[in-house]
Amino acid sequence: MTTTPLPPQSFVTPEAGEAGGGKAPGLGGRKLSRAEKRAIAAAGRLSSPWASGIAIILAVLWTIPTFGLLVTSFRPQQEIRGSGWWTFPTNPAVTLENYTQALFGSSTGFATYFVNSVVITLPAVVIPISLALLAAYAFAWIEFRGRDILFVAVFALQVVPIQVTLIPLLSRYVDWGLAGSFWTVWLSHSMFALPLAIFLLHNFMKDVPPSLVEAARMDGAGHVKIFFQVLLPLLTPAIASFAIFQFLWVWNDLLVSLTFAGGSTDVAPLTVRVAELAGSRGSQWHLLSAGAFISMVVPLIVFLSLQRFFVRGLLAGSVKG
Amino acid sequence: MDWLVNADTTAEKLVLMLVAIGLFVLVMAVILLGVDRVKRVPQWVVVVAFVGPAMAAIAFGLVYPGLRTIRDSFYDRTSSNPVGLDNYVAAFTQDAFQVVLRNTLLWVVLVPLLATFVGLVYAVLVDRTRFEQFAKTLVFLPMAISMVGAGIIWKFVYEYRPDQQGVAQIGLLNQLLVWLGIEPQQFLLNQPFNNFFLIAVMIWIQAGFAMTVLSAAIKAIPDDIIEAARLDGLHGVGMFRYITVPSIRPALVVVVTTIAMGTLKVFDIVRTMTGGNFGTSVVANEFYNQSFRISNLGLGAALAVILFVLVIPLIVYNVRQLRLSEDIR
Amino acid sequence: MSSTRTRRTRAALAGGLGLALALSACSGGGDEGGGDGGGDAAADVDCAAYEEYGDLSGKTVSVYASIVEPEAKQQTDSYIPFEECTGATIEYEGSREFEAQLPVRLRAGNPPDIAYIPQPGFLKSIVADFPDSVVPAPEGVVANANEYYTEGWVNYGTVDGTLYATPLGANVKSFVWYSPSAFESAGYEIPTTWDDLISLSEQIVEDGGIPWCAGIGSGEATGWPATDFLEDVVLRTAGPEVYDQWVNHEIPFDDPQIVEALGTAGEILKNPEFVNGGLGDVTSIASTEWVDAGLPILDGTCWMHRAANFYQANWGEGVTVAEDGDVFAFYLPGESEDDKPLLGGGEFVTAFADRPEVAAFHAYLSSPEWANAKAEVTGQGWISANSGLDPELLQSPIDQLSFDLLTDESYTFRFDGSDQMPGAVGTGAFWTELTAWIANDKADDQVLADIEAAWPAS
Repeated sequence: MTTTPLPPQSFVTPEAGEAGGGKAPGLGGRKLSRAEKRAIAAAGRLSSPWASGIAIILAVLWTIPTFGLLVTSFRPQQEIRGSGWWTFPTNPAVTLENYTQALFGSSTGFATYFVNSVVITLPAVVIPISLALLAAYAFAWIEFRGRDILFVAVFALQVVPIQVTLIPLLSRYVDWGLAGSFWTVWLSHSMFALPLAIFLLHNFMKDVPPSLVEAARMDGAGHVKIFFQVLLPLLTPAIASFAIFQFLWVWNDLLVSLTFAGGSTDVAPLTVRVAELAGSRGSQWHLLSAGAFISMVVPLIVFLSLQRFFVRGLLAGSVKG
Repeated sequence: MDWLVNADTTAEKLVLMLVAIGLFVLVMAVILLGVDRVKRVPQWVVVVAFVGPAMAAIAFGLVYPGLRTIRDSFYDRTSSNPVGLDNYVAAFTQDAFQVVLRNTLLWVVLVPLLATFVGLVYAVLVDRTRFEQFAKTLVFLPMAISMVGAGIIWKFVYEYRPDQQGVAQIGLLNQLLVWLGIEPQQFLLNQPFNNFFLIAVMIWIQAGFAMTVLSAAIKAIPDDIIEAARLDGLHGVGMFRYITVPSIRPALVVVVTTIAMGTLKVFDIVRTMTGGNFGTSVVANEFYNQSFRISNLGLGAALAVILFVLVIPLIVYNVRQLRLSEDIR
Repeated sequence: MSSTRTRRTRAALAGGLGLALALSACSGGGDEGGGDGGGDAAADVDCAAYEEYGDLSGKTVSVYASIVEPEAKQQTDSYIPFEECTGATIEYEGSREFEAQLPVRLRAGNPPDIAYIPQPGFLKSIVADFPDSVVPAPEGVVANANEYYTEGWVNYGTVDGTLYATPLGANVKSFVWYSPSAFESAGYEIPTTWDDLISLSEQIVEDGGIPWCAGIGSGEATGWPATDFLEDVVLRTAGPEVYDQWVNHEIPFDDPQIVEALGTAGEILKNPEFVNGGLGDVTSIASTEWVDAGLPILDGTCWMHRAANFYQANWGEGVTVAEDGDVFAFYLPGESEDDKPLLGGGEFVTAFADRPEVAAFHAYLSSPEWANAKAEVTGQGWISANSGLDPELLQSPIDQLSFDLLTDESYTFRFDGSDQMPGAVGTGAFWTELTAWIANDKADDQVLADIEAAWPAS
């Protein structure tokens, strides 16, 4: 691949690449025409029946299982077991009972679990990303002895299953008198996220054109300054994207919170409640479909509202190959 | 100050959350400002300030437990007496361990490649179309579902009922077969194909991750490259093969590696859908069983170490990629 | 343990204890969570019986168990009289991951005060692995156990001569679910001997039906219903004495008598003519979830389903569980009418702290006061082996039948064998091998030999 550094403005004004169709006002004429050409090319590509056919098939394949569950979550228990969800149009029995039970069928209000989930998730997203950004910067832009070995070691630690860490960590938390508090959950999630976060963010960091960093150095900026003033703004999209994935993982986590926070209602997140819906002997699983959808709502909102960050240049610099 | 550890009310919890974030920001700010203020700080101080906190967290949260696991793998079921290599012998001579290993390899090869392939193709196809946002959301959807939730959804899809009077199919896949005039199948039971039906679930989940990351990478391909290629007469598949894929190569490596790592560790799908029966178990599931169901810590640890070993090829591959990109730079 | 669905409970409960009230009152989750429901319960309670526990105001006891909502609600409701009379607070935590999590917490030095352990085998391994954490039953508890439970039940909570755990709930597994109305219209009689049962099955086949439906799917625990089936058959073909030797590994797991029992079980479970009504062929037993397996009885595609009394929670709303209702269960008959072995299970209260309030609460849980309080707040799906339990308080016919059998001297009770075996067998090879026995048609003797091989050496 080419080694041409990316024109800096495509970082600073990512809209340029994304405006598609050249409808965005205020772009230079040369650019506009190019964007137009691409839009035409893109339109041509999708009008190819093969391409659009494959896209639609994939979209349908990927959506149908979830859709089936959605329909199921509104059907009465007996119906779920008696006939397939696709018979719904011919036999439209709708009930909100599953949702009512999932939401209110507990001695602890759903709101409590919801608040716990939020309280657990936010710090567990902010802390590891900040730490990982700093580390990734050092791995990408500061020369030091043993850097590569350390980086590979960090990256390899992704494979440590969280399960093996439970007993050693819980023992320490008990010693420190922290067991059963939010602190343990935040700390644990942060630690577990770091290898992947550093690995991904390092990739973005490294691909920022060296000329930008060099220029800042020439101006006498130290590492802290370069990190905050040059790199962070460029990496906003990457950070937002990783934040979403970290958000998803923490939001959907059951194991870490069960072990370190215990299931006590003071700290238990939504997933603990959803897991309970199956009942002591797994006999209540018709409620799980409703529970699954309730717990999906927030991640979806987060995804939709942050999706524009995804689109703009996550991995922006990777063109250097 | 009791609420710092035992926050009970919603207000206390939210305040505690802000305190935690604030505290963290404060500590980091002090470290970084300290480094920045002092003139002519030695290089290593800067490195420690940047890398130190993350490394300390990793050392405590992952290295220490990882080393303990390696130690435990040479000890007995309560990790009190050393037993040498017995656990590894037990793991490898375990009934059907070859099958478990074979399944794990199937998972770790198929899931990253297929999920990345689907994600890539989809990202290219919907790129810059009018429905792009919506189309991407559809494929992203499975990411938002927990593994256990995904297990439920797919158990529904694979559900089997016999083809007889008075019995209706409730699994979509079997209903399709019946409509086509084929006998319904027990997808989760029939070896060895049941493995592929489980793997499909993981691909279904991970394709959203691949699609999201790769889509962004595609957007970042500079226009002039595409322009030049077009002038050279590249279109469609040619453009995909000679321009798109090489341009996002580093992103592809990252995605494949990340998914492969995740796949090695995953057992929730196997656990909720077949419980590891019918020849579908994977190393991670065996590890979970031994450690948490049968309480044989030694054997469980040995299986975890086997997972560590399985990841070595991935590490080697990534180190080579890293070297490659360093050379280019 | 029970599996009641809340709506049913609501219908079955007396007004004062209405779950609707309790539900709305409890949404705060605090100490006063009992609200109206609790007040009513306490109003009925004479605190005199609780005086022996003393004043425990400000004291807290944490309880950890595998019982989750909606049954957890019945658990916490049953503690209300104790809390109101002594002033203590009970912090209950239920989790489906209990069995994986309890050893983690013990190992990390973070045990709950009290845990409800559902298997004597698990209790044994906990006592062996964590002798410093587990606390032997205090005096008051021992006295209660000896007074209100049979020797057999006390023994299940005893390890090496020391009583650690007392029974909490109980269940009866030797039941066959059927549809009384369908039986009546077809003219079938409830069989009273094993041979009758087989000839009834053959009769149903002759009449063009498939007599049995079964399912052993249960996620990671897939296979357990099959182990119950085999245990029930061992009790019948080999007898309780051999059963005990088998469970305690005094005879090999693949003893010829067990091979014979597995063959007998296979005459039903692996007979393509007998199974799997409305669910498929023999192998479909392995992939059918146990909770769904009996439902074809409602559709008329299956006639009999062997399952415990707690299966009643799976029938769904609108299905009447009664001797003259839509479904009911008959006792899985023995070889002869006088041969009446009874397979069952239960969970055991184990303490990990010796504070006075923990001992007091442990004593309460082993007393008839608690058993009756629990029966009062539970609509259906719960019984106890506590002889002080007032059978009048049990509100579902199948619970009453279960309790009758449990306390009837002519029945020989035996605890679920897989629950007493070491984890490697009881929650490992026994499950997976019987699953393979059905799914892959693995040979009887091979299955048993492989389980024997998995039995831990020590």
